[in-house]
Amino acid sequence: MTDIRYLAPRTLDEAVGAFAAAAGAARILAGGTDLLVQMRAGVLRPGLIVDIKKIPEMTSIEETADGGFRIGAAVSGAALADHPKFGQVWPGVLEAVNLIGSTQVQGRASPGGNLCNGSPAGDSVPAMIAAGAIVTVQGPNGRRRMPVEAVPAGPGRTTLAPGEILVSFELPPRPAGSGDAYLRMIPRTEMDIAVVGCGVSLTLQDGVCTAARVGLGAVAPTVLLVEDAAKALIGSKLDDAALEAAAAACRAVCRPINDKRGTIVYRTKVAGVLLKRAAGIAAERAGRA
Amino acid sequence: MNVISNKWIGQRTIRPDGADKVTGRAAYSADTTMPGLIWGKVLRSPHAHARIRSIDTSKAEALPGVKAVVTAKDIVDFPLDKPVMLGIQDMRWMCRNVMAREKALFHGHPVAAVAATSERIAQEACRLIEVDYEVLPHVIEIEDALKPDAPILHDFIKFDGKPSNIAGKLEHKLGDVDAGFAEADVIVERSFTTRPVHQGYIEPHSCLVSVSGDGKATIWSSSQGQFMVRAMTSLLTGIPQSDIRAFPAEIGGGFGGKTIIYLEPLAVVLSKKSGRPVKMTMTREEVFRASGPTSGSMSTVKIGATKDGRIVAAKGVFYLQAGALPGSPIRGAAGCAFAPYNIPNVHSLGFDVVSNRSKVAAYRAPGAPIGAYAAECVMDELAEALKMDPLELRLRNAAKEGTKAAHGPVFPRIGYEETIRAAMEHPHYSAPLGPNQGRGVASGFWFNAGGESSAQVNITEDGNVVVTTGHPDIGGSRASIANITAELLGIDYRKVSVLIGDTATIGYSNLTGGSRVLFASAMVVTQSTEKVIKTLCERAAKIWKIDPEAVEWEDGEARPAGDNAGKFPALSLAELAARATETGGPIGAGVQANTTGAEGGFATHICDVEVDRELGIVRVLRYTSFQDVGRAVHPSYVEGQMQGGAAQGIGWALSEEYLYDKQGRVDNASFLDYRMPVCSDLPMLDTVMIEVPNPKHPQGVRGVGEVPLVPPLAAVANAVYAALGHRFDSLPMSPPKVLAALEPAEA
Ligand SMILES: Cc1cc2nc3c(=O)[nH]c(=O)nc-3n(C[C@H](O)[C@H](O)[C@H](O)COP(=O)(O)OP(=O)(O)OC[C@H]3O[C@@H](n4cnc5c(N)ncnc54)[C@H](O)[C@@H]3O)c2cc1C
Repeated sequence: MTDIRYLAPRTLDEAVGAFAAAAGAARILAGGTDLLVQMRAGVLRPGLIVDIKKIPEMTSIEETADGGFRIGAAVSGAALADHPKFGQVWPGVLEAVNLIGSTQVQGRASPGGNLCNGSPAGDSVPAMIAAGAIVTVQGPNGRRRMPVEAVPAGPGRTTLAPGEILVSFELPPRPAGSGDAYLRMIPRTEMDIAVVGCGVSLTLQDGVCTAARVGLGAVAPTVLLVEDAAKALIGSKLDDAALEAAAAACRAVCRPINDKRGTIVYRTKVAGVLLKRAAGIAAERAGRA
Repeated sequence: MNVISNKWIGQRTIRPDGADKVTGRAAYSADTTMPGLIWGKVLRSPHAHARIRSIDTSKAEALPGVKAVVTAKDIVDFPLDKPVMLGIQDMRWMCRNVMAREKALFHGHPVAAVAATSERIAQEACRLIEVDYEVLPHVIEIEDALKPDAPILHDFIKFDGKPSNIAGKLEHKLGDVDAGFAEADVIVERSFTTRPVHQGYIEPHSCLVSVSGDGKATIWSSSQGQFMVRAMTSLLTGIPQSDIRAFPAEIGGGFGGKTIIYLEPLAVVLSKKSGRPVKMTMTREEVFRASGPTSGSMSTVKIGATKDGRIVAAKGVFYLQAGALPGSPIRGAAGCAFAPYNIPNVHSLGFDVVSNRSKVAAYRAPGAPIGAYAAECVMDELAEALKMDPLELRLRNAAKEGTKAAHGPVFPRIGYEETIRAAMEHPHYSAPLGPNQGRGVASGFWFNAGGESSAQVNITEDGNVVVTTGHPDIGGSRASIANITAELLGIDYRKVSVLIGDTATIGYSNLTGGSRVLFASAMVVTQSTEKVIKTLCERAAKIWKIDPEAVEWEDGEARPAGDNAGKFPALSLAELAARATETGGPIGAGVQANTTGAEGGFATHICDVEVDRELGIVRVLRYTSFQDVGRAVHPSYVEGQMQGGAAQGIGWALSEEYLYDKQGRVDNASFLDYRMPVCSDLPMLDTVMIEVPNPKHPQGVRGVGEVPLVPPLAAVANAVYAALGHRFDSLPMSPPKVLAALEPAEA
């Protein structure tokens, strides 16, 4: 029955300092919609909580000079939805972030928390992977950048080193004719955890797919980048054969478990279905006639 | 039935408890607090089935802050060989349910409880209690519990002379089924399974108990009956009922699940031992693990009909899970399944099966949805085999006045046929459907109930009215009582205040359950109000110095009855109240009665679904319930009951189920993974109220609270069949199951 210390530093350096100094006994608090639930359930008992919401860099959304976006790790789903332009450029990422929880949860929940919580079923992660997001992390040894798919390490685990904090997501500029989409299968219509989640981002030129990325969630210990699915789409007109090949690639990478939320057979089958549907929506958004 | 005007009865008046509820002021059981209170926590069995060799509480007792510890030896024992009934509950099982005695019978079964100065210390103390368990093989599912080599939960239970997990049997017989089936041109027989489902009330079980130095106990808790709380607590603690005062808190849902108690007797003993008020509140996880869901089931139904659609015989065998201790609602399954129909030959059998899961509790129309699911799916198949519209088949065989039901009664005037006709004529029944969509129908019956109720109607000194009844208000009964009282007195309903008394301030009133409350309390309130009106007329007569017979009560005032009575200006309720002291004292009347004449309720539902064939998701697109509601005293709350039942039935049919791991532990003890429908899962649930007044009730009331949950399981299943051409004979029709059925090769 030890006490919990709470810090809300104003700068990243302070946060990293305190976080690193606590050596494993500390937890970062963004929206808290995972952390507080886990603490209440008795799963976690951190000695120190470092709240990062007071750090401007963590809660801001910027359009970069080249037309990309930089999203602070602790930006809430509601704040992202309020941004005048982000949803027009990255509708799939936005819908994935906004699928998290309910209106109340949206006021707090962040894409950074969703990623660092390490759940294979986190909704924003497949969409971020499909979008080709790059994350910046800062730790006692300075800053580094990596693709978002390099962060998850397994259920509840990430590749972040001790003392490292996820700072931001960078989304690249969008060529004309691009679109993205995220779909998840849940038994209910809301307030549920993805049984399978699939994000697709693609670019079309004269009806031909010139670039594509596919992220697949809840079918393996980590959210996956499915390169073979992207390959099946690139160069095609997204005809049935290409979509079926991409769906097959998604099914092939599935290594799900049988659990209370879905069976192996079911998850595998659904992965292919969602790929086709998400690709269809992304293509529509990319301006397919 | 009295012919009465309809100024307030049938009006959607503002409910008396509404403002408090929407502003958060209403006091639910966990909202009560007391100076000096301490916190109680329950230590629960980590095993599904284990003998308790010993319990050592010494370390817990030594923990600073711990004030009392309770184990089974502090709870009154009811020996196994002698039933002691309280209503439908047998105290032999209740005493073992609130605290494990010889054995822990399910994961989550209470084995001890602690009270300490904080919740955390109480929790910590629970961890310090050492229980020596001998873990035994467990059994969860019915089919496993019935196997010859199944682990036996209770060696004192025998079936056919042998130790068995079958704890009871019930049989209804009418005519000769074999002869009946011999007459049939078409026979359909099918077996079904359903899963246990939880009532899903939002408010967890909670209580605050204070036992004073002289041994008198006061209990604040939400339940479906403060008198049940008093009686059960008395039996389990040995404190006489006169020394227990139970206050009914506002209740955040019960649906039958709060017709028994879990925490109150433990809190009483903890409070008695510690000399402090004790508060106990279950977590949601505890609610799921250790409070009663309704039964899962395994059943087989066979129905035979002649070519022209006349049902000649029906047979049903229903195995229901009781949980760890006997007492599943086999009566509801076996009794209600065929009750909507006039069938000359019926044989309906129910078996009560124990297994290592939490003891079941009542859930709206206990057992009836299980029976109706099987029977109404078979009716659907029968209609198809006969090439007949499914509602037409139901209409041809509908029970009506004079029909003898297999469970005993001969029906008086009932409104079942009316529900079918209304459904057939409703635009929903003929609305076009798209691809992958299907429409299903089903009917249902519930007994309804009367029983003991008490009421007191008092006129305040300023001429308003206070009505006190003894039933927790779960579905809006206070609003209905206000309407009825206002109607009878001829005054504005806002002048009537309706309260629920505690066990010391109002006479014995049976549970809020069985759809009985408005039926019964309207009767005693009517009789009390009639007495009050008689008194008011007498007081007017006294003032006017005329014969009381010459005074009549109309529009809220006493008037001379006709010219012979004399000419006097009318006396209002306020005037008579103001002169009460001089005319004979306070004005009020109470009536206590064992009410009878509750007649059965019937409903017919139409459901449209759409199936996503690639994902296996079933969505309900449109739903309409048609119900004989007797008299809708307050239509909004009748509709609410109908909608709520449909919503719960849709959840039962499509998504709700308990999942167990290999060790026999519930694996989904949360609202996240125990999937009750959320708002966005459902369409607007339409309702059509049909009023065929109950001839045996002053306002024509029939119970309306339970029938709405009887038809939905089959209505949804029949709709899914219509959409897919595949009949699911097991619930829930969850996406993986639907997809596997659509592509069986890959499953
Ligand atoms: C009712 C409810 C519904 C939900 N529904 C969904 C849903 O539909 N889909 C879904 O995916 N999730 C859902 N969740 C889970 C949760 O809301 C999301 O995962 C959310 O994105 C977490 O964000 P957060 O900001 O609240 O994270 P927090 O709880 O603050 O943090 C989550 C974890 O990440 C760590 N962390 C947070 N930020 C950083 C950082 N910048 N650097 C390093 N570590 C960090 C924390 O220490 C913690 O371990 C739901 C939760 C609730 C309570």
